[in-house]
Order: sequence, then structure tokens, then C-alpha cells
Amino acid sequence: MKIIITTVSPTIESEVDPRFGRGAHLLVIDPDTLEWQAHPNPGVTASGGAGIQAAQFVTEHKADAVISGDFGPHAFEALNAAGMPMYVFGSACTARDAIERFKAGQLEQVGAATREDCHHEGKA
Amino acid sequence: MRIAVASGKGGTGKTTVATSLALSLTSEVSGLPMSFAPALPLFLDCDVEAPNAHLFLKPTFERRQEVSLSIPHVDEAKCTHCGKCAEVCQYHAIAVLGKKVLVFPQLCHGCGSCTLICPEGAISEVPDVMGMLESGTADRGIHFARGVMNVGEPMATPIIRQLKKWAAPKPDQIVILDASPGTSCPVVESVRGADFLLLVTEPTPFGLHDLKLAAQVGRELNLPMGVVVNRDGIGDGGVDDFCETAGLPILMRIPFDRAIAEGIAQGQTLVEIRPEYLALFQKMFLQITERER
Repeated sequence: MKIIITTVSPTIESEVDPRFGRGAHLLVIDPDTLEWQAHPNPGVTASGGAGIQAAQFVTEHKADAVISGDFGPHAFEALNAAGMPMYVFGSACTARDAIERFKAGQLEQVGAATREDCHHEGKA
Repeated sequence: MRIAVASGKGGTGKTTVATSLALSLTSEVSGLPMSFAPALPLFLDCDVEAPNAHLFLKPTFERRQEVSLSIPHVDEAKCTHCGKCAEVCQYHAIAVLGKKVLVFPQLCHGCGSCTLICPEGAISEVPDVMGMLESGTADRGIHFARGVMNVGEPMATPIIRQLKKWAAPKPDQIVILDASPGTSCPVVESVRGADFLLLVTEPTPFGLHDLKLAAQVGRELNLPMGVVVNRDGIGDGGVDDFCETAGLPILMRIPFDRAIAEGIAQGQTLVEIRPEYLALFQKMFLQITERER
């Protein structure tokens, strides 16, 4: 099994980054062994469509679920289309904490975008 | 001759200046070379997100055309989900997620790269309507055209680009372009290709801050520029100092005057409220054309 969590720094002891599209890192974690691998979030530098880029990363890595704090409408639509379960980290502090709570079934699954659309015009 | 009116800061009086400048060019301008005089001016309201010049120039719209962008449509039967379209898209407007392809019309800039790169020929382009272009005759015979962006659309630039193409001026017709506030893409698209950039500001720190930004845009585009100081008498001397050091001529000053504000709030133009401005706008126009020659 493979879970992806957005984190502030590239380690399992890092705080969860509450932003999905623009969260600093994407941590790929095996919940059974707690083996992890950190990747820079490709969405961070995007002028627009950050959530979509991050969603593509999650799909390409064939994750089974994704944990973050805030899924924008584009990210939600993309992850939803890919059939990717989305969870919010709630009061979990670190990525390790979040994955433990996920295993214990304590994280809330998201059924809709957690934020309204922010329209930003990219470079036209 | 195309004169673009911009400001940086919103609410400084772009439309006040642009509409009165257009009106001043509908009557005889003494001292104007014949080649500039024949046609009535064309007014383009390029603030497609919140057009308001029609409130002052009161056009009757006779011609309308929808504005659309060509966005991708994916034939799922042909798609192999290779992901090349998503890879080439600079705006992440198309995403391949496992066995699904998603198009995000609001992020699409209509460049057509995905259509070109698809090895299966699975992508065709369909029009996505973003707004409307309208034109007609306004007060004193001014040719008037504007773009109106649909609610919820995020991108103004393609509408402005198509407005400028659609409402093409006659040879020698003077064009006044009223830009939106700010200095981002829509403003650049509005003022691009102009012969002169008129920057309307107010003598406040906020006005000055945004004037500097707007002047940078003008410089980047190599446009000759001049400044109109509106609400003259308030604030401080910062704008004057900046214009002097930057070599920006101050072409007009409009005083901070309650009667002007009241008139504009009632939909009157500056030259209606203060008819003496007709001659002042004509004089400013002559200064601009002389600078050009």
C-alpha cells in the first residue's frame, strides 16, 4: 500500500503541509513498514493549475490514498476522476502521526472540495 | 493614432479622461493637421471585466459577436492515455489521470499544443464561449466598441485581443483605448500597439506607487507616455517629483472638485460638467500628436 502526504519538509517527522497543490513536499509512505520517500511537489512553482499537477503526481505514483489539509476544486475534480481517496489530516501534527491515525481509521475522508475556486489568471 | 489610457491604481479617472478626450475630438480641433481630422474617433472599452464607459458615452449597440477560445475535446475511444497532452500543456489545463483525461476550460489558453502533439489524433478543438463583443454609435457620433466577459470566466486577455481585432479602425481614425486598472496581462494586451500611453494618476502615495508600475509597463513596451494628474490638490508632491525625474510630461491637471465628482456620479462626462475642458483636452491631444511627429 502507498499513501501520499503533503509535508512542509522532506521527512516523515515533518509537519503536514495543509495545502495540497502548493504543499512543499509530497511524501510517499508505505503505511505498513513506514518506509518513506520525499519528492518536491511539482505544483509549487506552477503559475496556475498547481493542484492538477500535484494530482497527476499522486496518480502516476499509483498511491492508494492521499492526505492533506486543503483540496481545491481542480485538485478535487482531478483526484476524484482518478478514484483517489482523499483524507484531511485533522489535528495530526506530523506525517508519522497522520499515517498512524489513517491506519487507525481516525482521519476524515473528503467528499467535496474543501475550498472555493480561486481564479487566477496565468501568463496569457 | 491610438491613445491608450491606463493608470495602475483603480478609480483614478481613466474613464473620465478617456471619454472626455474622445468627446473633445468630435468637434473641430483648431490647429489639427487635416490628416488627423476626418473620421470620428473610435472608443474601445478594454476593461472587459467591468466595462463602464458606456454609462458616459451612451452607445446604441448595433453589432454583437461572441468571443470564444478553442479548447480541447478528447475522443476517449482513440485516447491511449499516453500523457503527452498533459506534458506539453503549460497551464495544466489538461490532465491524464490513469485511464481518464480531464480538461479544465478555465485554465486553457487555447494554444492548441495538445491537439498538435496527440499521436492518436484523439483531440479536436471546440469553442468555449467567454464573452461578447459589442459595437455601435455613441454620443456625438463616436464609434464605440467594448468587450464583456462572462461571469465566472478567469481570463480577460483573449477577449481584449479579439476586441481590438474585431473593432478595427478606419485609416486615420483616432482610437482611444480605455484599459482596466492594474498592470497585469489585460492591461498589457490593451496598451500593446498603442502610439501613446496616457497615465491617469492621483497625487497620493497609492497613486504614485501604481503610477510607477504602470510607467514600467509603458517603458517595457517602448510607448511614449504622458501623465494626467486627477484630484489635483490632495495628497503630496510625490507624483510631481517622480514625473520630473522620470521625464514624464504632466499633460493635464484636473482639480479635486466636488461638482466634478457629483456630475460623474450622475453619468455626466467631465466636458459636460466643465465645458472649458473641451479646449484643454484638444490642446492635450495636439501635444500628444506633436510629440509623435
